[in-house]
Amino acid sequence: MSQTATHHDHGTATQGHDAHGHDSHGHGHHEEPGFIKKYLWSTDHKMIAQQYMWTGVAMALIGGYLAYAFRMQLAFPGKFIPAYGYMSSLQYNTAVTNHGTIMIFWFAMPVLIAAFGNFLIPLMIGCDDMVFPRINRLSYQVFLLSAIILIASFLVPGGGFNGAWTAYPPLSGNSEYNMAHWGSTLWVLAVALEFVAFLLGGINFITTAMNSRAPGMRLWDMPLVVWMIVIASILFMASVGPLIAGAVMLLFDQNFGTFFFAPERGGDPVLWQHLFWFFGHPEVYVVLLPAMGMSGDIIATFSRKKLFAYKTLLYTVFGTGIISFFVWAHHQFIAGIDPRMANIFTVTTLIISVPIAEMCFLFIATLYGGSITLTVPMLWGLAFVGEFLLGGVTGIFLGASGADIFFHDSYFVVAHFHYTFVPIAIIGFFMGFTYWSPKMFGLMLDETLGKIHFWITIVGFNMIFIPLFFTGLWGDHRRIYNYNNFSELARPELQDLRIIATVGLLIMISAQVFFVINLVKSYFVTKKKAGDNPWKANTLEWQCPSPPPHGNFATMPNVYRGPYEYSLPERESDFWPQNEPPAA
Amino acid sequence: MSTAAKPIATLRSVTGVPTGRLAMWWLLASEIVIFGGLLMTYVMHRIGHPEWATEAAHTNTVAGAVNTVVLLSSSLSAVLAHQAAQTGNGKKAANYLWLTILGACMFLVIKSFEWTHEIKEGFVLTRSTFWSFYYCAAGLHALHVIAGSIAMAIVAIDAAKGKELQRVEYAGIYWHFVDVVWVFLFPLLYIAK
Ligand code: HEM
Ligand SMILES: [Cu+2]
Repeated sequence: MSQTATHHDHGTATQGHDAHGHDSHGHGHHEEPGFIKKYLWSTDHKMIAQQYMWTGVAMALIGGYLAYAFRMQLAFPGKFIPAYGYMSSLQYNTAVTNHGTIMIFWFAMPVLIAAFGNFLIPLMIGCDDMVFPRINRLSYQVFLLSAIILIASFLVPGGGFNGAWTAYPPLSGNSEYNMAHWGSTLWVLAVALEFVAFLLGGINFITTAMNSRAPGMRLWDMPLVVWMIVIASILFMASVGPLIAGAVMLLFDQNFGTFFFAPERGGDPVLWQHLFWFFGHPEVYVVLLPAMGMSGDIIATFSRKKLFAYKTLLYTVFGTGIISFFVWAHHQFIAGIDPRMANIFTVTTLIISVPIAEMCFLFIATLYGGSITLTVPMLWGLAFVGEFLLGGVTGIFLGASGADIFFHDSYFVVAHFHYTFVPIAIIGFFMGFTYWSPKMFGLMLDETLGKIHFWITIVGFNMIFIPLFFTGLWGDHRRIYNYNNFSELARPELQDLRIIATVGLLIMISAQVFFVINLVKSYFVTKKKAGDNPWKANTLEWQCPSPPPHGNFATMPNVYRGPYEYSLPERESDFWPQNEPPAA
Repeated sequence: MSTAAKPIATLRSVTGVPTGRLAMWWLLASEIVIFGGLLMTYVMHRIGHPEWATEAAHTNTVAGAVNTVVLLSSSLSAVLAHQAAQTGNGKKAANYLWLTILGACMFLVIKSFEWTHEIKEGFVLTRSTFWSFYYCAAGLHALHVIAGSIAMAIVAIDAAKGKELQRVEYAGIYWHFVDVVWVFLFPLLYIAK
């Protein structure tokens, strides 16, 4: 009942808002902005979110194609790869390097933080845009430029950079070793620009969430995902600085003949590892937290229950954020660091897995006793927790410095971090997209196609990486182009596992066809209207029209309660929107 | 480009701190970690390489000291600009900002004489890692001096027309930061011998 009332409000007040829109465009009458202004030069947070999202997805396609190419090479070494050709060892290294770089910096970051952050923060805290819309637009433009530079780096003489996404010197610092002078320089430049884009983006996330919340919304009334994106932005900002300095030093090494990282002239290559991982480990939480936040919100909505221990969860996250600055050297256990230091970092690493486990437990506690509906977004949300758990648990093996002497640089590590990153980036994208796309586009997706897509993707994903834990344990070193060159690894039982993994990838890639069919069917054929609040959720983004108009809310909302008031016994309906005034 | 009206988001201030100032703090925090990272690595290297002292002996302490005075006094005029802006005197604020920019230009002129001299003497970027750090850190700082001057010029043009006076304060905050970085660089690169 209250729903229809709010809905009615929208009708009238939207007009009121349009009147406001007039003077904001400086026109006497309402006019559709031109294509460029609307899609390319927009300052609207929702459009910038889409720019980030589609650019990120396009980059993920490139990253996925590279994965296809090098997995085929690993399963069928030296054979012709359909739609690629024959792969040389140099091309192999270029492919793995740019696959990793793209998936982390040009897919996970833009989609999870920038796209969902831009879309959700103003809507969820009840305001009409980010505080600095033009800085927001600049952030995307710098990001786009960085993506273009990265792609250009594949095309220059010498080809793309091939020194792994971690870019360890001396390989990365000297083109006599990596044979890709332009490629490696452009790579560093692209990554540095991408960092700048996210520092600019962070300005808006933090200030908007701090200063522009709807009247009545306390910090503790913000949905989990908003908190998580804000904390992620802070972690990013606080950790990336030294690496930006490092990137400048690496550029100097590459181009101006300095030797900051060149051991043969007194430089220190391990210094780069410190700078990289001081950023690199917090970075894994930078991408993890937004995905965690999304899954928490989704799980609460579809369990029709209050998120279990919301505040405790947040304190846990603050703690995790702080500890994440003290674990970085677990990536360097065999880099020659002092064994006493390795002990300390083992302890901190094991400590940090406690809060991570706690987050998973709190989500499970939220599910407990809830009235669960397994919608497509809920499936993705649950899969995120389940699959990520495997990544976290295997991280504990790696965190023990003694064990890591064996595991390091093996496929066990590869499988570990893919069990963290694939849930974060890929499952995270689909969970966010299937949950919020009704708001973004105003149309519902097809549930059956969504479920088919979900199950095949999940099966494919596990089929890739479970075998890789075993090949890693049995000695497969990572970044090897052709295992036939190593007699002890050229065994059929290992090769079978490598082939299974590649088949898993092919399954996972084919599953995406169902996603595309779903998009086409839902948006061009069925066109089932979503309405304002298809999931009957409490948070503010569901209390405005779908898709939200320019300015978002017809009347700016006031907030009366937290985001998770579901299934209250004293209320008839099982949800209670944050902006619904309490009965007098 | 049409002058879009400001979103409602900009008119709110839940914390009571102006959003522009919050944004400035964010910018400074990210700059602090960048310079912090660079200077930390320099200090660690410096401790590990006592022989760098002989290289450092060739830096021009006098030029460095003069530049410190120049920058510190330009910070003073930035403060005066802020004061003028607070009383609503945009013209005066703008003039003080131009004075600050003049200081920035003086700093850069002195720096370029200093560097030209050093390069002629053979103390080039690749001579030793000390000099690599020297040019890297001071160069990055000089870029900030240039960026700050451009920002202040933009703010000053508006302020002279009485517009966006709150930005005078933000430009000032940034300038103090640029100044503080130099206060760290000067002893680390010039005095420690
Ligand atoms: C429970 C928490 C976690 C623990 C204890 C943990 C532990 C570790 C350790 C010790 C390593 C180093 C292994 C080696 O190189 O020998 C490692 C590698 C890695 N982890 Fe985790 N990890 C955890 C969570 C995560 C998360 C959440 C992510 C990503 C979002 C992640 C991504 C990675 C990546 C990318 C690498 C490999 C980097 C490379 O060498 O290319 N980890 N992890
Ligand atoms: Cu780590």
